[in-house]
Amino acid sequence: MNDQGHFLFLISLLPFLGAVIPGIMIRAGRNACASFTAVPTVLALILLMILAPDVLRGEVITAEVMWLPQLGLSVSFFLDGLGLMFAAMILGVGLLITLYARFYLSGDDPMGQFYTYLLMFQGAMLGIVISDNILLLLIFWELTSLSSFLLIGYWKHLPEGRQGARMALAVTGAGGLAMIGGMLILGHVAGSYKLTDILQAGEAIRASEWYLPALILILLGAFTKSAQFPFHFWLPHAMAAPTPVSAYLHSATMVKAGVFLMARMWPVLAGTDAWFYIVATTGLVTMVLGALIALFKDDLKALLAFSTVSHLGLLTMLLGFGTEAAAVAAVFHILNHLTFKAALFMTVGIVDHETHTRDISRLGGLRHLMPITFAIGTIAALSMAGIPLLNGFLSKEMMLEEASHTYWAGSTWAVPVLATLGALLSVAYSFRFIGHVFLGPVRDDYPHKPHDPPMGLWAAPALLTVLVVVIGVAPFLAEGIVTAAANAVTGADLHPHLKIWHGATPALWMSIIAVLGGGALLGLHKPFLSAWEAAPRPEAKAIFDRLLAAIIALSRGITEIAHNGAISRYLAVFVVTSVALGWIAYSGSALSAPTRGLLPVPAVIGIGWLMLIVASVAVVILHRDRFTSLVLIGIIGLTISAGFAYLSAPDLALTQISVETVTIMLLLLALHFLPKTTPVESSVLRRVRDGVIAVVAGGGVGALAYAFMLRDISTISQFHLDNSYEGGGGTNVVNVILVDFRGYDTYGEIIVLGIAGMVIYALVQTLLAGPVARKLRGGGAMSEVLREGLAVTHLSRDRHPLMMVVVTRVLMPIAIVVGAYIFLRGHNEPGGGFVAGLVVAIALLMQYMASGFAWTQARKRIEYHTLIGFGVIIAGLTGAGAWLSGTPFLTSAYTYVHLPPIEEFELATAMLFDLGVFLTVLGAVMLMLYSLSRIARHAGETVNVEAMDYDPADRVTERGAET
Amino acid sequence: MHWIILPVVMPALFAPIIGFVMRHDISMARIASVTGTVLLLGVAVGLAMMAAGGETFVYRLGDWPAPFGIVLVLDRLSALMVLLTATLALIVLIHAIATGWDARGKHFHTLFQFQLMGICGAFLTGDVFNLFVFFEVLLIASYGLMIHAGGRDRVRAGLQYVVMNLAGSTLFLFALGTLYASTGTLNIADMARVIATIPAEEAALVRVAAILLMIVFAVKAALFPVQFWLPATYANASAPVAALFAIMTKVGAYAILRVHTISFGPGIAPTEDLAATWLFPAAIVTIAVGAFGVLGARRLMPLIAFSVLGSMGTLMAAVAAFSPDATMAALYYLVHSTFAAACLFLVADLVVSRRGGDGLRPVLATAQNGLFAALFFGAAVGMAGMPPLSGFLGKLLILDALREPGIMAWAWSAILIGSLLTIVGFARAGSILFWSSTAIEAPLVAKPETRKAGAWELAPAMVAIGMLGLLAVFALPVSGYLEDTAQQIFDRAGYMAAVLGTGTGG
Repeated sequence: MNDQGHFLFLISLLPFLGAVIPGIMIRAGRNACASFTAVPTVLALILLMILAPDVLRGEVITAEVMWLPQLGLSVSFFLDGLGLMFAAMILGVGLLITLYARFYLSGDDPMGQFYTYLLMFQGAMLGIVISDNILLLLIFWELTSLSSFLLIGYWKHLPEGRQGARMALAVTGAGGLAMIGGMLILGHVAGSYKLTDILQAGEAIRASEWYLPALILILLGAFTKSAQFPFHFWLPHAMAAPTPVSAYLHSATMVKAGVFLMARMWPVLAGTDAWFYIVATTGLVTMVLGALIALFKDDLKALLAFSTVSHLGLLTMLLGFGTEAAAVAAVFHILNHLTFKAALFMTVGIVDHETHTRDISRLGGLRHLMPITFAIGTIAALSMAGIPLLNGFLSKEMMLEEASHTYWAGSTWAVPVLATLGALLSVAYSFRFIGHVFLGPVRDDYPHKPHDPPMGLWAAPALLTVLVVVIGVAPFLAEGIVTAAANAVTGADLHPHLKIWHGATPALWMSIIAVLGGGALLGLHKPFLSAWEAAPRPEAKAIFDRLLAAIIALSRGITEIAHNGAISRYLAVFVVTSVALGWIAYSGSALSAPTRGLLPVPAVIGIGWLMLIVASVAVVILHRDRFTSLVLIGIIGLTISAGFAYLSAPDLALTQISVETVTIMLLLLALHFLPKTTPVESSVLRRVRDGVIAVVAGGGVGALAYAFMLRDISTISQFHLDNSYEGGGGTNVVNVILVDFRGYDTYGEIIVLGIAGMVIYALVQTLLAGPVARKLRGGGAMSEVLREGLAVTHLSRDRHPLMMVVVTRVLMPIAIVVGAYIFLRGHNEPGGGFVAGLVVAIALLMQYMASGFAWTQARKRIEYHTLIGFGVIIAGLTGAGAWLSGTPFLTSAYTYVHLPPIEEFELATAMLFDLGVFLTVLGAVMLMLYSLSRIARHAGETVNVEAMDYDPADRVTERGAET
Repeated sequence: MHWIILPVVMPALFAPIIGFVMRHDISMARIASVTGTVLLLGVAVGLAMMAAGGETFVYRLGDWPAPFGIVLVLDRLSALMVLLTATLALIVLIHAIATGWDARGKHFHTLFQFQLMGICGAFLTGDVFNLFVFFEVLLIASYGLMIHAGGRDRVRAGLQYVVMNLAGSTLFLFALGTLYASTGTLNIADMARVIATIPAEEAALVRVAAILLMIVFAVKAALFPVQFWLPATYANASAPVAALFAIMTKVGAYAILRVHTISFGPGIAPTEDLAATWLFPAAIVTIAVGAFGVLGARRLMPLIAFSVLGSMGTLMAAVAAFSPDATMAALYYLVHSTFAAACLFLVADLVVSRRGGDGLRPVLATAQNGLFAALFFGAAVGMAGMPPLSGFLGKLLILDALREPGIMAWAWSAILIGSLLTIVGFARAGSILFWSSTAIEAPLVAKPETRKAGAWELAPAMVAIGMLGLLAVFALPVSGYLEDTAQQIFDRAGYMAAVLGTGTGG
C-alpha cells in the first residue's frame, strides 16, 4: 500500500478518533470544544485535498486490509470522483456545521456529547462514500442510522425528539436490514464483495435470476434512507433534532446516502426496465408529492424537510432514467442542493433562534430586522426555485431537459408534465419561504424581538450562499468535480459542459412555466390551503404509530399467552414434542429382528407386577391425599427394588431401598409444613388431556423398553466384567464401575447431591430471612396453608414416644455397624459408600425423628456442611493422588495387606474415594433434614431438651425423693 | 499432562473449601472465588493454546481406555468453550462482588464454582453419560444460583426452571438407555463407529435415541417448543446469575454441535437427517418468539431474556446447517452472543437497582443517567447485531452461510425481520428508560440522589462490551481459529482416531 492508501485510512479514521476529543475538551469551555472538534475534520479535509488532484485526473486511490476473509469482508477503501465529491461535501459542510452549532446550541445543552455524535456520524458517512467493500459499506450505513438516532434524540426531554429518533431508526433500520440481504445476494452473484469487482460484473449481475431480488432489497435500503415515497414520512419527524443536525444529516449528507448508493451501483443495476420503472417512478412521485406537501407546511423546518424529500425524489428520478446525461444532472444537482439547502436550514435555524418561532404564520417582514439573514435566505431560496444565475437553475434545467424526452410506459407526456409540476410547486414554496418570512410588513407580535445574529451564526450559510452564486454564474468552475463524479457514476468518459444558456430548449419553456405558475400558485395560496386542509389526507405518522402499536400489541399477546407461567402446559408441550418427534424418528426406519423370546412369568413376579400397576394407578387417583400417595409411592419403590433383586441386580436393589427410605422420610417431614390435600386446580377436560398425554408418553417409553429388551447387542460391559478384578481390584463389578471404571461419573453425582443439600439449606436460609419467616412467626398473619399444616402436629401430645426413642437408640449402633459393613464389603459384594451413607443417614434420621431435633442436634459434634466438604475434597484428592504416580485422575491402585489376626484384606484407593462418597451422601441427607427442622422451629414449634416427652426415669427419681 | 482435567477438578476443590471452611467470612470467600476463577482462566488460556495446534488431546480417566472408561477430549471447540466460560465467569464474578449480590444469600461462591465445574465438565467430556452427569451438576448448581437471594417471583420462576430441566434430564436418561441398548456404548466416538455400521433400515431405536437427545439439548439451548422456561428464569434470576447463564444455553448448542455432528451427523446414514431436519424450523420459530418477546416486553429483564432467546434461535439456525462454513459462523455468533447477553444483564442490573424496579416506564433519572444510557446503547447495539460491534459480523456470517435454496428465504427473513423487531424493541426501551426519564421533574422534596456506581461496578459491564469490540476488531485471527475449529468438528475420523485409537494418552 502506498502513501495515498495510508492517507485514505487516516481520512476514514480521523473522525472516529476525533470523536473522543469533544467529550474531554468541553471541560475547557465551548470555544475550545468546538475548535478541537474542527481539528480532525480539517485534517481529513487537508488529506483529501492532497489526494484530490490525482482523483480529478481520473485515478482511483485504493487501500485494503483484510478483516474477515471467510466472509469476504475487508477494510478496503477507494476514492474516485464520486467518493471525492461526497467526501468533500461531508467534511466541508461538517466544518461549517461545527462552527454553526457552536453558536446555535445553548449553554444548557451538553455540547461535548453533541460534537461526539456529530463526529461519529461524520466518520460513518465518510465510510459509506469511500468503502470499496459492500459489506463494509453496510457497516457504515448502519452506523449512520445509529448516530442519526442519537442526534435526533439529542434533546431527549422532548417527546418529539424521542419519537422522531425511534421512527427514523425503525424506517432506516428496516431498509438497512433489507439492504444486507440485497448486498449479500449481489456479492454472491458477482463472486466478490469488492465494489471494484462488482462494478465490472454489471452484465452478469443483470442477467442473473437473482438480479430482481437483489435490486429490490438494495433499493429498499436506498429509498428508506433517502426518504423516498412511501418511506418519506420519517424525515419531517427527524426535524425534531437541533437545526445543525437537520442541516447536516437530513438535508446535506445522510439522506443523500441512498442517492449515493444508487449512483454507486448505477453501472451495475441501472439500465433495465425494472430499474427504470421502480426508481424513476418512485423518484417522480416523491418529487411531486414532497413539493406539494411542502407548500402547505407552516413550520419552516417541515417546509424544508418536504422540500428535501422532493429534491431527493428528483435525484432518484434522474438516476432512474438510466441515461448518462441524467446521471450528470443528478451529480450536479447533488452538489447544488447541498449548497442551497444547507444554507436554508441554517437560515431557518437563525430565524428560530432569533424570533423563537419557526411558524410561518407568525413571521413576515423580517427583511428590515434581519437584513443579512434575509439576503442569505433569499438567495438560497431563489436557487431552490431555480432562478437563473444561481446554481439551482442549472441543474434544474438539466433535469427538465432529461425529463422532456423520457417516455414512461409509452406515454410521452407523463414524465415531462409531472416534472414541470414538481418544479412549479418547488418555485411556489420557495417563493412562499421568501415572501411569508422576510417580505411583507414588519409585525409587532414576534415571540421575541429579532435582529441579525452574531457573525458566527451567519458565516456558514453565507459561505454556502457565495458558492450558490459562484457556481450559478460561473458553472465551469464546478466542471472538474462534476466530470470526475459523473464518470465514476457512469463508468464512461464523459465531458459535460455546464453552462447557463442552452438556447430555447423545451427545458427553458418548462422552466418558465414553472416560475410563472409557481408565482401564481403562491398568489392563490390561501384558497388552496383551505382546500388542502379540508381534503382527507392520510397522516403518515399516525399510520406508522398505529401500525407499530398493533405490532407491539400482537407481540405482547403472543408472548404473554405463550409464556403464561403454567408449568403444566410447558411440560405438556415438551412431552408431546418428545413423543411426536420420537415417533417420526422411529417411523423413518424399522427394527431389526428380535433375538430374544419372552420369559415366563412366575406367579410371585406376576403379583409384584400387579402391585406395581395397582399402586401406580392408585397414586394417580389418590394423589390429592398426600400422605396416602406417599405411602403408595413407597410401595412402588419397594416393588421396583424387589424387581432389581429378581433381575440379578442386588446393588441396585440395595441402593433403591435406601434411597426410597430416605426420600420418603424426608418427604414425610416436608409434608408436615404443607396442606394435607392437593386442591383441584384444573378442569376435567384438562385432566383428561393431560391423562391422554401421560398415557401415550408412558406407552411410548414402555414400547421402547420392550423393543430393546428383545434385542441383544454387544456392549462394552464385557470389558468391565473381564477387567474388574484384574484392573479394578474388586469382584463386585457394579462397585468397580462406580468407583473405578466410571468413578468420574460418581464424583460428579456426589457433587450433585452435595450441592442439592446446600441449595436446600440456602433456600431455607433466604426463606427464613424474608417475609415467609414473619408469616411463620406471627400467629395472626400465618397463612392458611401453614396453619393447616401445623394443626396436625397438635393432634399428638406425645411427639417423642418412649418406645420409639428406646428402639431407635438401640438400633443406632447396629445400623452404624451395618453401614460400616456395607461400606467395607462394597468392592467385592453388593454395597459401597453410597448405600452405606444412606444407611447411616437413616440411623441418624431415626434419632432425630424419635428424640426431636434439638436433642439430637446438641449431641452432634460435626457440621453437616463440613461432612459434604470433606467428602467432595477426599474424593477429589483421591483422584488427584494418581497424579503423583504419573497416572490420570482417578487411576486406582490396590494392594493386599496381611494384618494378624484377621485375614488378608485388600486396601484400594477406590475405598478412599468411596469414603468421600459416603461422607457426601451422609452430609447432604442430614443437611436437608437440618433445613427442614429450621422451618419447624421458625413455625414456633417447641424445642425439646429431653429425649422423651415422658421420661419414666424421672418418675423413679421423683418417687425416690418422696420416700 | 493433567491440564485437561483442571477446569473440572480445580473448581470442585475450591467450591467445598469456600462453602465449608469460609462460609462465615464473605471476604475470604470472595478472595478464594476470584483466585479460583483467575486460575481457571489461566488454565483455559493454556488449553486454548494447546488445542490451537489442531491436535485432539485425550485424557483417560482412571487410565481406562475408551470406550470402556470415561475420556476427556480437548480439541479446539472444547478449549474455546472453556475459555469463553472462564472469561465470562471472571467478568460476572467481579460484578457480583462489586454490587454485593454475592452476599444476599448463602453459598453464592460455592455454587458459582460448582457451576463452573459443571459447565467445564460438560465441555470437556467425550462420553454422553458423563455429559448427563455434568448436566446434572450444572443444573443443580444453577438452580441454587437462580434462587440466590430469594424472593417470591424468583423462587417461583426457579421452580419452573428446575422442573423443566429435570424433565429434560429424565428424557436424557431415556435417550441414554435407548442409546446403550441399541449401540452398546456411550462414548461419543465409539457411538459414531457403531451407528455407522447399523443398517439404515434397522435403525429405528438409535434414531429415536438421537432425536430424544436432540430434544434434551434443545431444552438446554431453549429452542422452540421447549424454550418456555428461559424468559422467566433469566428475567427473575439475579442479574449476575442471568449474565452467567449466558453460557448455559450455549451448553445445549455445544452438545448438539458435538454429539449430533460426531455421533449422528453427516455421513452417519441412519441418523444424519434427523437433527438437520428438525433443528432448523425450531430455530426459526425461536427467532420469532424472541423478537416478539423483545418488542412486547413490559419490563426490562424479560426484554433482555427474550433477546437472548432470539439470539439462540439465530445461533441454532446456523448450527442446523451442519456444515463447516455455517458452523464457523455459528461459533463466532456463539462467542458474541454470550458476551452480548452478559453485558446487557450487567448493565441492566446497574440501572434496575437504582431505578427501583425494571418496569419500562419513565421514572426520575438516576445518577449517571448518561453513562448508563451509553452502556445500555452499546450493549443493545451488540445484542441487536448492529455495527460496529461483533453482532453485525456474526449475523453477516450466518446469513452468508445459509444459502441453501430451501432454507435461505426462511433464515434470512427470520433473522433480518427479527433483528428489526429487536432494534425497535431496544430503541423503545432505551428511550423510555434513559430519555423520557430526563423529562420528569424532580419532586419538590428532593429525594436522596441515587448512589453512583463505582469503578468496580462499571468495569465488568464495560469489559463485556469491550469484548464485543475486540471480537469485531480482531475478527481476522478469531475467525481463523474458528474456521479451524469448525473443520475439526467435522473431522470425525480424526476425533475417532484420537479417542479410540492410539491417540495422545493423558
